[in-house]
Amino acid sequence: MITFMNNSDSEEEPCNERTSLMSAESPSVPSYQDGLQASEAGEAQAHRKRRTGSSRSPNNIADGEMSESGVPVRESTLENEEEELTLKYGAKHVIMLFVPVTLCMIVVVATIKSVRFYTEKNGQLIYTPFSEDTPSVGQRLLNSVLNTIIMISVIVVMTVFLVLLYKYRCYKFIHGWLILSSLMLLFLFTYIYLGEVLKTYNVAMDYPTLFLVIWNFGAVGMICIHWKGPLQLQQAYLIMISALMALVFIKYLPEWSAWVILGAISIYDLMAVLCPKGPLRMLVETAQERNEPIFPALIYSSAMMWTVGMAKPDTAARGPSQQTWDAAEDGRENHRSPSHGDSQMSETRSPVPTRPITSLEELEEEERGVKLGLGDFIFYSVLVGKAAATASGDWNTTLACFVAILIGLCLTLLLLAVFKKALPALPISITFGLVFYFSTDNLVRPFMDTLASHQLYI
Amino acid sequence: MGTGMALALVPAPVLAWAFFWLVSLLLSSLIWFITVKASDPRDELLQKGLLIFGVMFSVLLQEAFRFLYYKLLRKAIEGLVALSEDGCSPISIQQMAYVAGVGFGLMSGTFSMINLLADALGPGTTGIHGDSQLYFLTSAFMTMVLIFLHTFWGILFFHGCEHRRWWEIIAVVIMHLAVSGSTFCNPLYMGSLVPSYLLMATAATWAYLLSGGSAQNLRRFLLCKSCSVIGTGDPVGSSGYLDQCWGGERVPRGLEQGHHSLGCQTRGDAGVWGHGQVVASPGGSE
Repeated sequence: MITFMNNSDSEEEPCNERTSLMSAESPSVPSYQDGLQASEAGEAQAHRKRRTGSSRSPNNIADGEMSESGVPVRESTLENEEEELTLKYGAKHVIMLFVPVTLCMIVVVATIKSVRFYTEKNGQLIYTPFSEDTPSVGQRLLNSVLNTIIMISVIVVMTVFLVLLYKYRCYKFIHGWLILSSLMLLFLFTYIYLGEVLKTYNVAMDYPTLFLVIWNFGAVGMICIHWKGPLQLQQAYLIMISALMALVFIKYLPEWSAWVILGAISIYDLMAVLCPKGPLRMLVETAQERNEPIFPALIYSSAMMWTVGMAKPDTAARGPSQQTWDAAEDGRENHRSPSHGDSQMSETRSPVPTRPITSLEELEEEERGVKLGLGDFIFYSVLVGKAAATASGDWNTTLACFVAILIGLCLTLLLLAVFKKALPALPISITFGLVFYFSTDNLVRPFMDTLASHQLYI
Repeated sequence: MGTGMALALVPAPVLAWAFFWLVSLLLSSLIWFITVKASDPRDELLQKGLLIFGVMFSVLLQEAFRFLYYKLLRKAIEGLVALSEDGCSPISIQQMAYVAGVGFGLMSGTFSMINLLADALGPGTTGIHGDSQLYFLTSAFMTMVLIFLHTFWGILFFHGCEHRRWWEIIAVVIMHLAVSGSTFCNPLYMGSLVPSYLLMATAATWAYLLSGGSAQNLRRFLLCKSCSVIGTGDPVGSSGYLDQCWGGERVPRGLEQGHHSLGCQTRGDAGVWGHGQVVASPGGSE
C-alpha cells in the first residue's frame, strides 16, 4: 500500500497544533494550512507485513499485513489549492519512490544476470509443493495454479493471524516475529548472497573476514531497521533486504507458478486493502481507533518524520544529528502499501535538517512523504528479475517491464493523491508489468531481432 | 480520464514518453507478427516486403502516439492552468516538447542498442560470416543520430501542433520515414548514415531557430561569454514561442484566446527556449 506520511499527533486535533503555531506565522499560512489539512485528511495508514518466503523453516516466516486506514478527508473549501499542492507533492513523491524502486530492481537484475546461482533450479519452497517438470502443458498449468492457491492461502492465513494478534494487543509477539525474520534476512540470506557473489567472481575470502563483514552488516542493519539510524542508511538496508527476498523468490519459485502468483497477489492486494472486511483494511481501522501508528514494519518511507516538537525554535539549533523518535510519538502514517514480504522497518528516523525552521510551510513541506510497503518492492523486483532470468537473454523485455512498473507506480501515486486513502500498490504495476512482459517477449522480441539482423531502425 | 492519466504522468515525463513509445512499438510488433504468421515463411521476398511494411507502420504509429500524447498533455496543462492561481501551469508545453523528444529518443535508442551491447561483451568476432565488420560502430552512430533526431522532431512536432502549422508535422513524419527508409541501404552505410546526419543537421538548425535561437545569439554565446545574455536578446524573435512566453504583442496566428495562458512563463524556467530574456511578469495574460 502506498501512504502519505503526516505528522500530526492526533486526528482530532491537528487544528490545535497548527493554530497554536499559526499565530506566530505569516498570514499566508492559513490558506496553505487548509490545503494541508485537506490533503492530510486523505492519508490512510496501512501496514502490511510481508511474508518471508523461505524454504528453511516456516517458523521464521513473518507474514502479516497491516494496513493503515485512511484518515477521513477533511472538507476543504480551497479545493484548487489542495489540488495544486497535491499535484506538486505528487510529483515529488513520485520521484522519491522511483529512486528506491529502481535501485532495488537494478540490484536484482544485476545479480540475476551475473550470479548463476539464482537462476539454477535447486528445489522449491514448501509453499509450492507441486513440481512443474511434467510433460503436458495442462498438468503444468494445473500444478502452477495449485501452487498459487497454496501460497496465497498461506499469505492470507498469516495476515489474518497478524491482524488478530494486533487486535488483541500481542505486540511483543509481533515484534519478536518481525525481529526473527529480519535477523534471518540480514544474516543468513546475506551470507548466502555474499558466498555466491564471491564464487562467481572467484574471490577468496577467509572466514574471520567473512564473519566480521557479515556481523557488522547484520548488526547495523538490525539497529537501523528496528531502532534508530540515519534515514538514508535505513532506506539502503530496506532496499537490500527487499532485493534479497526477491532473489529468494526468483530462485525458488518455478516459472509458471511465479507468474500466476504475481497475478494472484495483485488481486489479493486489491481485495485486502479495499474491501471493507479485508484484513489490511481492518488493521488500518484498528490502528486508527487506537490512535497509534501501525507497526513500523516493512515500510519504506521516503521522507523525514517530524514530531510537533520540531516546531519549537530550540530544535532549529540542532545540527544534522540523528533524531529518533519512539514509534508512539511518530505522527500518523498514511497510506502504506500492503505487500508480502518480510522486512521490518521502524518508523522513520531522520536527521534534523540544518536550516532553521523559519516557517510552518517549510516544516510542513518536509513532513510530507510517502510510504511504500516493502512487499511491493519485493514483488516488483520479482517481476523484473524473472523477466531478466527467463526472457531468452533479452534485455528489451527487462527494460519494458521496468518502464511498465514505474508507470504503474506513477498512476497509483496519482490515485493516491486523488483518493487520499490507503491504496494497493501492486495491481496496476503488476498488471502493466505482466502485460508488457508477455507481449514484449512474444511479439516485440522477434520484431526487434529481425530488425537488428538487417540493421534496420525504426 | 485522459487528463487524469496525463496528469499522472507529468511528474516523470521522460518515463511517460518512453512508455508511449513502447506501446506504439508493441502495437506495431503485433501487426507485424500477425502478418508474418499469416504468410508463407519460405517466401523471402514476401517476408522482406512485410518487414518494410512493418517498419513504415511502426514509424507512422510512433508519430501518431506522439500526437496523441501531445493532445493529452494539452488537456492536462489546460486543467492545471485552470487550477492554478496565477494562470500559469507548473509545466510548459515547450519543456514538454523537449522531454517528448528525449523520451522517445532514449527509449528508441536503448531498445536498439542494449542487446547489441550485451552481445558485444561476449566472445565473438564481428562479421565472421561475411557481414560488415563495422556493425557495432555503425549501429552506435545510427543510434546516436536517431536519438538526436527524435529530440529535434519532438520540438518541431510540438511547435507545429501548437501553431497549427501542419506542414511542420508532415515534415517530421516524412523525415522519420526517410531516415528509417535509408537504413534499408545497410550495410551500404553511405546510403544510411550520411543522409541521416544531414537530416539531423537540418532538423537541429530548424529546431534551434524555432526555439528562438539565431546566428547572433550563437555568436554572442560563443564569443562574448562575459556579456550578459539577459536583456540583449531579440524581443521579437522569429519563433512563435517567444510571443507566448513573454506576453508580447504578437499573438501567433491561429492560436485561440483560450490558449494564451499556455504561454505563461512557467515558474523558474526563464529562458528555456534559448533567449534568456527576463520575464516581465509571470502571469502575463493578454
